[in-house]
Amino acid sequence: MNSSKLFNSSIGKKIVMALTGIFLVVFLVVHCYVNANVFFSDAEENFNRAAHFMGTNLLIRVTEIGLFAGFILHIVQGYKLELQNRSTRKSKYAVTAGNKTSKWYSRSMALLGTLILLFLIIHLAHFWVPSRFGGLTEIEYDGKSYHNLYLEMKNIFAEPWVVIVYVLGCFSLGWHLLHGVQSAAQTMGWTSSNYLPLIKNIGFAFSFIIPLIFALMPIFMHFDWVLNTGALTLLF
Amino acid sequence: MLDSKIPFGPLEERWTKYKGSVKLVNPANKRKLEIIVVGTGLAGSSAAASLGEMGYKVKAFCFQDSPRRAHSIAAQGGINAAKNYQNDGDSVYRLFYDTIKGGDYRSRESNVHRLAEVSTNIIDQCVAQGVPFAREYGGLLSNRSFGGTQVQRTFYAAGQTGQQLLIGAYQSLERQVALGTVEMHTRHEMVELVIIDGKARGIIARNLVTGELERHFGHAVLLCTGGYGNVFYLSTNAMGSNVTAAWKAHKSGAYFANPCFTQIHPTCIPVSGDHQSKLTLMSESLRNDGRIWVPLKKGDNRKPNEILENERDYYLERRYPAFGNLVPRDVASRAAKERCDAGYGVGSSKQAVYLDYAAAIQRYGKAEVNKKNMGNVSPDVITALGKEVIKEKYGNLFAMYEKITGEDPYELPMRIYPAVHYTMGGLWVDYELKTTIDGLYALGEANFSDHGANRLGASALMQGLADGYFVIPYTLGNYLADDIRTEAISTDHSAFVDAETKASDRINKLININGKQTVESFHKRLGKIIWDKCGMARSEEGLKQAIQEVRALKQEFWSDVKIPGEVNAMNQELDKAGRVADFIELGELMCLDALERNESCGGHFREEYQTADAEALRDDENHMFVSAWENKGVNGWELHKEVLSYDVVKPSQRSYK
Amino acid sequence: MQHYSMNLTLKVWRQKNKNTAGSFETYPVQGISSEMSFLEMIDVLNERLIKEGGDPIAFDHDCREGICGMCSMVIDGRPHGPWKGTTTCQLHMRAFKDGDVITIEPFRANSFPVVKDLMVDRSAFDRVIQAGGYVSVNTGNAVDGNAIPIQKDKADHSFAAAACIGCGACVAACKNASAMLFVSAKISHLALLPQGGPERKQRVVSMITQMDKEGFGSCTNTYACEAECPKEISVLNIARLNREYLGANLSGN
Repeated sequence: MNSSKLFNSSIGKKIVMALTGIFLVVFLVVHCYVNANVFFSDAEENFNRAAHFMGTNLLIRVTEIGLFAGFILHIVQGYKLELQNRSTRKSKYAVTAGNKTSKWYSRSMALLGTLILLFLIIHLAHFWVPSRFGGLTEIEYDGKSYHNLYLEMKNIFAEPWVVIVYVLGCFSLGWHLLHGVQSAAQTMGWTSSNYLPLIKNIGFAFSFIIPLIFALMPIFMHFDWVLNTGALTLLF
Repeated sequence: MLDSKIPFGPLEERWTKYKGSVKLVNPANKRKLEIIVVGTGLAGSSAAASLGEMGYKVKAFCFQDSPRRAHSIAAQGGINAAKNYQNDGDSVYRLFYDTIKGGDYRSRESNVHRLAEVSTNIIDQCVAQGVPFAREYGGLLSNRSFGGTQVQRTFYAAGQTGQQLLIGAYQSLERQVALGTVEMHTRHEMVELVIIDGKARGIIARNLVTGELERHFGHAVLLCTGGYGNVFYLSTNAMGSNVTAAWKAHKSGAYFANPCFTQIHPTCIPVSGDHQSKLTLMSESLRNDGRIWVPLKKGDNRKPNEILENERDYYLERRYPAFGNLVPRDVASRAAKERCDAGYGVGSSKQAVYLDYAAAIQRYGKAEVNKKNMGNVSPDVITALGKEVIKEKYGNLFAMYEKITGEDPYELPMRIYPAVHYTMGGLWVDYELKTTIDGLYALGEANFSDHGANRLGASALMQGLADGYFVIPYTLGNYLADDIRTEAISTDHSAFVDAETKASDRINKLININGKQTVESFHKRLGKIIWDKCGMARSEEGLKQAIQEVRALKQEFWSDVKIPGEVNAMNQELDKAGRVADFIELGELMCLDALERNESCGGHFREEYQTADAEALRDDENHMFVSAWENKGVNGWELHKEVLSYDVVKPSQRSYK
Repeated sequence: MQHYSMNLTLKVWRQKNKNTAGSFETYPVQGISSEMSFLEMIDVLNERLIKEGGDPIAFDHDCREGICGMCSMVIDGRPHGPWKGTTTCQLHMRAFKDGDVITIEPFRANSFPVVKDLMVDRSAFDRVIQAGGYVSVNTGNAVDGNAIPIQKDKADHSFAAAACIGCGACVAACKNASAMLFVSAKISHLALLPQGGPERKQRVVSMITQMDKEGFGSCTNTYACEAECPKEISVLNIARLNREYLGANLSGN
């Protein structure tokens, strides 16, 4: 295998985008699952315990490094590809086909990605920075001290503009995924006439459900909506 | 005296014996020998690729932007080969016989037999290259029927057989380009032949992008430049298809053979108005399943589906019960013209007949129902299933018809009319495909050799590839073997300088006329003269008039044509002007040839010579020859005759009844 | 079918050669029949321009029956115009109505430099084919055609990919000027057939290397190429190409 040749080729670069994209999608699922605690009974405790686990488990921490690497690779490679692709047509068309021949979001992955990146920076500043570098209040469960990330969420999402920004971020994510999931499958060569409808459906469902769940969190927090799911909780 | 160099011996052994005794060039010498190939259609691409593979240094030229675009690509229906895969009695002899008979006994037996022999190799070669021919469910090659035969020997790839074969040849050619054995010159047009000591030694080519004239040397020159159907202005040829290279060769001494043998294809989309720039063929394969008819009543203006079965005249089935809708092209075309001239034509112009699929749709629909064990189903289901089958077989053709006419051929019968499609005539060549100029060869449609007075469907592809893949690699060696000591001649040689001057003088003359009429308008007028008087039916009186008219048109052209732009830049009007100027001269020769041939045969129908039931009436006693015309410059032409002898087939009145 | 006549305004890209800058010129055209093809409409304009002493518009065209792949042009932002599965030469004027303003541009991509006006240089495609778009079989080496049975649906899929006419509309339509549909059509054509087997890995690697060298963009799966392809070549071929490429690189030679 000639890996440098592979990853320097146009298809190779796309494969990097696809693989990192798929990795980030897996992260989204985990993240979504953890956060979904807020919808259930005992939201505060369960969420804080889950966050603690995610923040202290060695395996998760190691994976987190990979996650950052994945993000950076996806972002850097994405911008590089975008710039390269933009340079392939120096003389521009006066009239373009617009949405007649392709979906706007499939042509706007860099824009959507940039919006997600901006959101990501805000999001990290809101939660990841304080939970790693201090600044959160503590809460005790069974005599053990935990970061009260739940409280932090409450505080942050009390601000309406933050909620709006988060919801918009989820929209960007949804459109990004709507193209991204099936695009990754296509780049990996998994699409064929047999699997195409399946992949399309999975991609569509995924890009709808995950961002929706994410978007509901700040809304729930903001309006103090609590679901009483009785004994039904998510975690551990 | 024309020497066709036909080998001695029994017909079926001639090619084998020739190959066994022909002179060879050893590999080391091949590398020193340069060959020019003009044109990259089936004949040109296959020749250039094969010669490159053998080790020759090849330079190939085409006027298009890529060799893949040559007009062979537009051939639809298929390619014949005597494989007898269908076990229906086919054989090399039968393909040979059908071709000779289809050509109305005006082709050379030896050439045609060779063609039939190598036809099987062509299919093998193309399959090996990855040409995706249509296949049966068992994985083996599928065949269909074509006009003028009673066996199924036509191999095909939907309605795009020419495209697939050309892409196969093009890929082989590009492989040689990558290997450095072939040097490809696209957007180049040959404008002059260079002859040194009586041998073709190169060409002057115009770079169509820069307008520059370039000199190219070759130990031999191969013209694979296609036919001259565009002399009619409206034809199924591509817009750029032209006779210029062949005509330059003719004016430099190569004889032009049987120019009046032109093929009018029976199934084309009719002309819709004065704006029309070209005509579109609907493959002959459509006659496999379509039925041709006109109303029984003159001037019947009803819609086709309102005309009942018993009010229709399936005139081909009526006149030719044995072959029905699959009579050869010349016969089908004339029959359509006869009905339209008699007032039975359909459509707004009344110059059209119907090609109807309703019966085939029902037949296939019912077969599908049986195949799928569907039991009793409604007529709508049968029709829908039938349409599916038709779509799989001819989908691209039906779509094309719909795009051009705006009518849905699945619902309404197609309107069709004959149009110029192919030219059997071309540069005279001997058995080795060599013209009367030493070292100058003509392959494919550019030569005259194999189709006599009428070509059978699916035989053009066969001939182009036979010449390029399997004939020229042998026959060219026979010539070059004597040339191994000839060093490459410098293009500073006076013959190159003179040829270039001649070409540039002509170009300058053309552009400096600065008259009032456009090239296109002259071309249209030429086309009308030739179509009216040297088209589907010809008469002595009409031809004589036509000759006068063409001569007058030539004068007018050279004094009043208007060509914009510059000489030393891309100039499409200038390119076209050079081509039309040559077509005008050829037009005169066609009429002369048609006038000289006092008989009717194949595509050449002289109204004076017909049987009581309006069939072509040959005159074997006086006209069993190839007309080979020698250009005498301002003094016109001199006719040479190559007498045709039939050792195996006994010529008879061609009958498809 | 009702025929009609129309007056139109054409905005046409004029560019003397590849070294000069181009710009749009506006030409009114009158009395265009709905039965004309789009190129015949330009013929009418060119005839007029010549008579008026102007320079006719240069454009590529040859067979005018949708198979040679020579005609190009971007018409109102659409390579080959508004009709699906149709080349410019097969586009007919009934697609337009009286009073329309039509913008006509060349295929634009760095890899397709303008030769003149609407004519571009697509030789990059030939070079991609030279890199491996063939089966290396010399003339005369073939076995009997029926000695290689091929499953019908494989042959049909191979044919559907081989139907590509190499016109370059995919590149023109792609926002990245990517040639992946063209390359994938050739890869699919040959990868689906046993004849293409022996050179399969090497072919895909060299063709992609050449494609990248020619400066085409990468594929971001917007599928505008498929929507504009006059032969409706499927983007599933691109997936196959990706698969072939990855496979060839992972398994080595």
